[in-house]
Amino acid sequence: MTVVDERPTTPAEAPRRRPNRLLALLRNSWRQLTSMRTALVLLFLLAVAAVPGSVLPQRNISPEKVNEYFVEHPDLAPRLDRIGAFEVFGSVWFSAIYLLLFTSLIGCITPRMRDHVRALRSKPPAAPKRLDRLPQHAVLPLPEGGVPAIVEALRRRRWRVAVRGNEVSAEKGYLKETGNLVFHISMVVVLAGVALGHWYGWSGNRLLVAGEDNAFCNTRQQYAEAKLGPRVDSAHLPGFCLVLDRFEARFLESGQPDHFNATVTVEEPGKAPRSADFSVNSPLRLDGANVYLLGHGYAPVIRYTDRYGKSQVSDEPFLTTGDAGLTGEGLAAFPDANVDPKTGRRDSNLQVAFTGLYLPTAPEAPPYVRSQYPAERNPALNLVAYRGNLGLDAGIPGSVYELDERQIRTGKVKQIGDKVLRPGESWKLDDGTTVEFLGTKRYVTLSVRHDPGSGLLLVSCGFLLAGLMGSLFGRRRRVFFRVTTPGDADPAGETPTSGSSLVEAGGLPRTDYPGFADEFAQLVAAVGGGGRPDEAAGTGRDGHDRAGTREGTD
Amino acid sequence: MSALSDQLVTFAILAYLVAMISHAVEYALGNARRRYVVAQPARELVGAAVGGSGGTITKAPDPAPRVTGVEGRPVGQARIAGLVAVGATVVAAALHLAALVTRGIAADRMPWGNMYEFVLTVTFVGVAGWLVVLAKRPSLRKLGLFLTLVMVLLVATAELVLYVPVVPLVPALNSYWFIIHVSTIVFSSGILLLGVVPAVAFLMRRGYEAGKRSFPYTLAKRLPAAAALERLTFVLHAFSFPVFTFAVIAGAIWAEAAWGRPWGWDPKETWAFISWVVYAGYLHARATPSVKRNVATWIAVVGFLTMLMNLFGVNIFFTGLHSYGGLS
Ligand code: HEM
Repeated sequence: MTVVDERPTTPAEAPRRRPNRLLALLRNSWRQLTSMRTALVLLFLLAVAAVPGSVLPQRNISPEKVNEYFVEHPDLAPRLDRIGAFEVFGSVWFSAIYLLLFTSLIGCITPRMRDHVRALRSKPPAAPKRLDRLPQHAVLPLPEGGVPAIVEALRRRRWRVAVRGNEVSAEKGYLKETGNLVFHISMVVVLAGVALGHWYGWSGNRLLVAGEDNAFCNTRQQYAEAKLGPRVDSAHLPGFCLVLDRFEARFLESGQPDHFNATVTVEEPGKAPRSADFSVNSPLRLDGANVYLLGHGYAPVIRYTDRYGKSQVSDEPFLTTGDAGLTGEGLAAFPDANVDPKTGRRDSNLQVAFTGLYLPTAPEAPPYVRSQYPAERNPALNLVAYRGNLGLDAGIPGSVYELDERQIRTGKVKQIGDKVLRPGESWKLDDGTTVEFLGTKRYVTLSVRHDPGSGLLLVSCGFLLAGLMGSLFGRRRRVFFRVTTPGDADPAGETPTSGSSLVEAGGLPRTDYPGFADEFAQLVAAVGGGGRPDEAAGTGRDGHDRAGTREGTD
Repeated sequence: MSALSDQLVTFAILAYLVAMISHAVEYALGNARRRYVVAQPARELVGAAVGGSGGTITKAPDPAPRVTGVEGRPVGQARIAGLVAVGATVVAAALHLAALVTRGIAADRMPWGNMYEFVLTVTFVGVAGWLVVLAKRPSLRKLGLFLTLVMVLLVATAELVLYVPVVPLVPALNSYWFIIHVSTIVFSSGILLLGVVPAVAFLMRRGYEAGKRSFPYTLAKRLPAAAALERLTFVLHAFSFPVFTFAVIAGAIWAEAAWGRPWGWDPKETWAFISWVVYAGYLHARATPSVKRNVATWIAVVGFLTMLMNLFGVNIFFTGLHSYGGLS
């Protein structure tokens, strides 16, 4: 609590120079902005502004929920959207608050930094005339070594000492202000780290099915969704490739996951392929990117043999529906089925697709819609077959996970039956073609990210914490010793020391520091070799009150 | 083991109740003493000096004003009730700790795997912190009424609303960061929650000292002096704030490893942020002489409400990556 609240203003200057009104206004606004009150208000606003970010679904975290919200609240949602309520942490008003806060912060710490550097460079100030007016006061016999002994005792306790004739001034606890400044500066650096990550970072999510044919190479096109910072060129993504060799998952009897491990072959440019493992909590750290394991599931391998005897295989991942039993839902589409090998002509009305549910552990009896356990104890594939124009050629954007509803509604695609298949079973459709369920492959959901700001963030957080501790627990205080030799004239004429060689000591806590009386007493005892602080109780007590209200007095 | 733990929790709640009732009795009997106090203004002065110094917190303080026979029987009884209350609190805390230990043994891990265990641990830290404070400053004993009230409410809520059977950790929690992050969060939350006790007491006592004699303020008649309460409020917050800061940073480091981003504005993260900013606001306000101490303390109370939101609300109302509360 050194330099707090509004910094001293200098109104006296104003009339002399008849300053420009605008300039005065600017100067005043600046002072307002950098005042502690403004900082408080902004802090409070920041906290309030963050609340909707947790109450309303946020687009960058759960876009599906935002869509749901639009469906549930058709009137309110667009209005909320207009004020950015679904992207609170990127909204104009949220940014405005923290940018103002940080401006205020910088405006606040710059002058304090200057003052503090000056204080660090200057010597502890001269002792006040009346040491007995200080919150702590004591009189003790002059120690044997005289002034040097006092200085020595203080230095041993790491006080900064200045000697002026028969006076010793000492100060300690610069750490408080240093820590406070380090803390606030670190906060600016944290923000810089976040900004750095935002501009130069990138991330993408994708599913990776096991097997060499499903290898993934790190290019923009290979991501289902990718976010690139404004300063990232997609050409500069590091060019590594991953093949999922194995994925292990162990579950408890309750179905709760217990352990995951993904084994991949990594190929980085200029390096020999290598095998690597990663898991939840221990990502795969590559050059320029980290790969995180976010989820997993099953990709049923489905073979369709068309009327010309030609077979095709689909191993698209079935997305998990969110239940503990890992029920998967997906689509196996064969748009290139039933192409007459003689004419090469494709009949788009003979395209085939299967939607289905995959249950790693199907219940004993139907309905086969919900898996009972996440591992494959009783796997079953509940398929529905469709034939017709899947709408994939017409340039209609299609999902690889869902059949186009419009094609079904308009009758272009017809359902031709459903059946539950066990691994290895096959199903003959009405037109003599067959579909076989060969088994499953594992797939994992990956998040690939690069955040160049993370190192800076980590370091600045360390400084932030260290600074905070210094700031909260540091205590600035001063002590003064004055040697009074016999015959010294005392200006006040009522010196308690006249007549003998004594030392008068005074102590001033410059911050809220309840333990100062004790420290002062110990210090006096150490210096005086047993000298007793006088009336420590009385002076000490109202001294505290004085220190409490007059913190920051010089 | 797990059944034993559940029973211990129930007994702990009962013991807190006993402590609360004893504190209330002490209060009531203390009020009966009013006549004597008026008759002996010197006693008031002693009380004011003990608390009013506000600066002697690190020193072993004067014991509670000595009770003399002159003051009559109710005072002796009040004192006994107060001591019974403290004893019951100690017993409750011991039962509480035993419940946590048995729960940990039953689960074969630290008992912080879901919200029930989490709240149980946080509240234990709170009560342990209280006992430390009490050992250092016995004169604050009367705050125990508020503390035990808070404990009964929180622990009973945990048992009635949040209870889940013992299960092992999901892999996402299975990391050494679990211990680092959660232990510090638990510790700091406990102390921050404890901080509301002197904060509320201060607000009431301050009003009382300012001459207010309407309902909530009259309760503060027997409380320690406002300055001492304010000081304690600050010490608790200043002590736990850096720990909380560390815990949040540790959480971010862990989140980077587990989810690939240090900070994602998940509801839990958002509320931790809110709490942190509010408590930073409290520290600022307190360091600013032009902001009155009661305004600053109100900010600390708001901080407490955000902590409650963090502990209970987030897991109940929102779903996010942190939703391991075990409720559905
Ligand atoms: C980004 C927003 C800010 C945060 C999170 C923040 C946080 C904190 C915290 C936690 C403390 C407590 C440390 C202590 O009491 O020693 C503190 C102290 C302080 N802050 Fe800030 N601060 C922020 C912005 C500001 C601004 C804008 C100013 C200037 C107007 C400022 C001036 C101060 C001062 C002077 C202290 C020292 C109080 C004392 O001596 O105890 N801070 N700040």
